Amino acid sequence: MKLRLITLVCAMTGGAAFAAETGPKDVQFDDYGAIEQSLTGVAGDAANGALIVGEKSKGNCVACHELTALADIPFHGEVGPMLDGAGDRWSEAELRGLVANAKMTFEGTVMPAFYKDDGYIRPGDAYTGKAPSAPLTSILTAQEIEDVVAFLATLKEQ
Amino acid sequence: MNNKALAAVTAVLAFPALVAAGPDDDNLVINDELDMISVTEAPAHTENLDTIYSGWHFRTDETQALQIDDFDNPAMIFVDQAADLFETVDGAAEKSCASCHDGVESFEGLQASMPKVDAESGKLVVMEDLINKCRTDRMEADALKWSGADMQGLVALIGLQSRGIPMNVAIDGAAAPFWEQGKEMYYTRYGQLELSCANCHEENWGNMIRADHLSQGMINGFPTYRLKQAKLISRHNRFRGCIRDTRAETFAEGSDEFRALELYVASRGNGLSVETPAVRQ
Ligand code: HEC
Ligand code: HEC
Ligand code: HEC
Repeated sequence: MKLRLITLVCAMTGGAAFAAETGPKDVQFDDYGAIEQSLTGVAGDAANGALIVGEKSKGNCVACHELTALADIPFHGEVGPMLDGAGDRWSEAELRGLVANAKMTFEGTVMPAFYKDDGYIRPGDAYTGKAPSAPLTSILTAQEIEDVVAFLATLKEQ
Repeated sequence: MNNKALAAVTAVLAFPALVAAGPDDDNLVINDELDMISVTEAPAHTENLDTIYSGWHFRTDETQALQIDDFDNPAMIFVDQAADLFETVDGAAEKSCASCHDGVESFEGLQASMPKVDAESGKLVVMEDLINKCRTDRMEADALKWSGADMQGLVALIGLQSRGIPMNVAIDGAAAPFWEQGKEMYYTRYGQLELSCANCHEENWGNMIRADHLSQGMINGFPTYRLKQAKLISRHNRFRGCIRDTRAETFAEGSDEFRALELYVASRGNGLSVETPAVRQ
């Protein structure tokens, strides 16, 4: 009963708000792993993107990357490269591809795919360690990907 | 420059940083007298590492200090309690461990060869299995809960009898299929984050991941006392936590999957001294 209700609510909001959205299964990557088209058609919000990059339960990008723009957040990791200047190194389309599924750019990379909802081995219900009780959703929503891309595009050296 | 080339450059650049941030070069000596092998050449079957390090080398000086003196080691409270439990009569057969085992010292060397294949059943067994077999079959008492204080206290007490002895688990013969199963798990990218044990503990040891300094994920010090949780942590509980953190459905403590993984992970540390009970953050 409870589950059905949630599904219903998801279906309703999904239908209404995200009509123009490209779903995780429909994303078109080019040969180099970039995504030309915005996933939502709505411009990304860089300020919200910055929050997602730092937030443990969202992108948690700082777990693996250091970046000066978020120096006020303690403990940046060093598994991935420093993100300072990412907006110089990569075009918006390339950044979108990297955040959605970096494996399309860097084959076999350690970096997780944030816009993908199937093809996993023993996926769990977030960080509970339990099997999911509802269909999987991507770690970030389409608009959250756009927000992160907008933030990364602001990371310029000069 | 295409993306592949860029990736190659990134990888090369990342390497010196890894060395710089790596393990410290302190020597691990317990109680000023027991020299431990905490760094050594990797065994041939640990293909992608040249040198293996105890997790001790990746911890802060404060945490390290707690492990080098038994008076400071908070795990010893649980070991002492287990020593009492060893002498305590329990179960319908009205026996204690000590009724049959001539002192816990008689288990010297056992931990260094665990997990092992039980000749009778052909199953891979870990220390918790050996203890619970005696509890249920020989004492006619209840099995102890896998990660409970009583069980992990006994595992630590028995492990301590091998402290300083180099790990040397068998991976051939009857153990081979279990070892292969564990190895396959080690390289499987579980969960929604698609991360394998190797992604963190083989490719990125020495690096920081958020606030944690990644070690090689060795189990020669288990059960470890974790300051954060203020108790002894079992090997399987640690595996469960690491898999859970990849947004995956974990395996159960005491599952055959974790027994196999334990054998494989133990074998990666062959040559490191048993450090039970180690102290972690
Ligand atoms: C588990 C670690 C991990 C996490 C979490 C992670 N990344 Fe990465 N990222 C990497 C690694 C490793 C690379 C290098 C690619 C390679 O060579 O494999 C990388 C590469 C990148 C790059 C290209 C590198 C450059 O030149 O700037 C960008 C941009 C990036 N990541 C952004 C992000 C963002 C944004 C997030 C969060 C939404 C994130 N990463 C989360 C590990 C991670
Ligand atoms: C009734 C006698 C009896 C009692 C009580 C008993 N054991 Fe045992 N135990 C044995 C026998 C017999 C074996 C198998 C022979 C052997 O390997 O020593 C064994 C084996 C073991 C082993 C494996 C030794 C090895 O080398 O593989 C461990 C560890 C062990 N016992 C621990 C315990 C603990 C801890 C307790 C108390 C909770 C306990 N035993 C209680 C009789 C007993
Ligand atoms: C996302 C990265 C990550 C993955 C994947 C991961 N671990 Fe860990 N693991 C950690 C961190 C962080 C710690 C705590 C710091 C340390 O000791 O490395 C840790 C600690 C450990 C420890 C304790 C080491 C010690 O000396 O106390 C063991 C054992 C371990 N991991 C085994 C595993 C196994 C087995 C797997 C695969 C099932 C695995 N880990 C997967 C991040 C990871």
